[in-house]
Amino acid sequence: MRRMTWFNATSLTLGFAFLYLPMVILIVYSFNASKLVTVWAGFSTRWYATLLQNEAFLDAAWVTLRVAVISSTIATILGTMAAYVLVRAGRFAGRTLFSGMIYAPLVMPEVITGLSLLLLFIGIGLDRGVLTIVLAHTTFSMCYVSVVVSSRLVSFDRSLEEAALDLGCSPAEAFRLVTLPIIAPAVISGWLLAFTLSLDDLVIASFTAGPSSTTLPIKIWSSIRLGVSPEINALSTILIGIVSAGVITASLITKRASLRQQADEQAAQRT
Amino acid sequence: MRRAILILVPYLWLLALFLVPFLIVLKISLSDAELSIPPYTPKLDLTAGWAGIKEFLAGLDFENFEFLTTDDLYWKAYLSSLQIAVISTVMSLLVGYPIAYGMANAPDHWRPTLMMLVILPFWTSFLIRVYSWMGILSTEGYLNQLLIGMGLISEPLTILNTNTAVYIGIVYTYLPFMILPVYSALERMDASLLEAAEDLGCSRITAFWLVTVPLSRNGIIAGCFLVFIPAIGEFVIPSLLGGSRTLMIGKVLWEEFFNNRDWPVASTVAVILLLILIIPIILFQRNEQKQREAEG
Repeated sequence: MRRMTWFNATSLTLGFAFLYLPMVILIVYSFNASKLVTVWAGFSTRWYATLLQNEAFLDAAWVTLRVAVISSTIATILGTMAAYVLVRAGRFAGRTLFSGMIYAPLVMPEVITGLSLLLLFIGIGLDRGVLTIVLAHTTFSMCYVSVVVSSRLVSFDRSLEEAALDLGCSPAEAFRLVTLPIIAPAVISGWLLAFTLSLDDLVIASFTAGPSSTTLPIKIWSSIRLGVSPEINALSTILIGIVSAGVITASLITKRASLRQQADEQAAQRT
Repeated sequence: MRRAILILVPYLWLLALFLVPFLIVLKISLSDAELSIPPYTPKLDLTAGWAGIKEFLAGLDFENFEFLTTDDLYWKAYLSSLQIAVISTVMSLLVGYPIAYGMANAPDHWRPTLMMLVILPFWTSFLIRVYSWMGILSTEGYLNQLLIGMGLISEPLTILNTNTAVYIGIVYTYLPFMILPVYSALERMDASLLEAAEDLGCSRITAFWLVTVPLSRNGIIAGCFLVFIPAIGEFVIPSLLGGSRTLMIGKVLWEEFFNNRDWPVASTVAVILLLILIIPIILFQRNEQKQREAEG
């Protein structure tokens, strides 16, 4: 019994207004002709033109994108493995340490994670660059992934897996054919979370980035520090545009997949 | 064999990239500050063999920990971070729960879209979003322009560079962390339980408190942890939205590292902060474990 009452409608409207209003204002003011961010002086696209000529921003964007895709993919694999181990592997030597290491990076202030990794990289003589940022981002985001995935694994009916094993599946097959499809939404949202965290991260990236691998947040931070620039509004509008396109595509793909699954289930029932 | 690989891969990764670096920080917290690169002493020299290790251990002491108890800046920073984190977490729950509830009760075909809408603002660099609040909350900002234009106030409100701006910034930034776990708990809930409660004479509001809230308890706990934990060590939000009097431990740490270059004291601050946070985390973990065992 799902209810769409006035209360739900109001809370959704107000909630999404809160989440979206600052971004709408950003987008509107990115087309402002004035250099003063809070004074409207007519429509203009001049900030986009200056932005596209700014190679430092373009380079930083490319670095950020590569880091986010690679680190979130590795983090999803490692985080799902870790979640499976935490929920299903039972007792093993060093289990407490393992779960401690999954949860501790979540409480670790970013400044410490960043500095401690910087000291490690200095210690083993690894030059700072894209690789070091990827290693750093993978480490903290895999913990977020494993929290998301393990919460799904905990609520999951284990007898389904056992049934698959009884029916002759190997443990790997049971995982691929039964467990993975059921936890897939959590794995996908874990990937999304890891990707977001990597895109957003300023502090850890500041520590682990080398001079040739400045990420977008580092670049943005230094421009905000130097003074408010309408270019940042233009940049964020472009980012919001790209991200919206990506999110809408992803949701359409998911929708199509779930429709196909429903069709398969109906077909299976008929036979 | 497969099980061993499954355990070992994430285990070794975390050992190498989390535990070892953390031990380095722990070591530095027990060292003395020095004006060089890296700015601390002693350094562990393994090539000198056993004598090197002995010399290294002799150089370690708890001076930095004693130093922290004498300077009340650190106590104030800890307490103020705790206070800001608690207030922001409660505010996030109050803002996030109705949104998650609304989402869980929305028609099925809306839900993937709503979920995406929660995650979407989160994708944009959160620096930009914090920066957008600077424009909204400043004295000449959009909010003051709006309120003055409506004739509600005659003098602009000072919100930017106060703790209020920090609360708004934290709630805004971490709201998806609150919404998603609460939503996934509410979504799994069997709606017929509510019907049963109402059939048995509960009003809708009583049914909400007696059925919905307890069943979403895990989501609420997870959400609160996910907001509280990053909020307490937050650096970017207090330095952009907070004022000079906004004291947060993340900011103090950053300043010790970069402005004072006192790595040992900053590491010590971090070690203590972690000791404070690890207790609630272990309790939370135990609680989850117990529940799992009770259910299984």
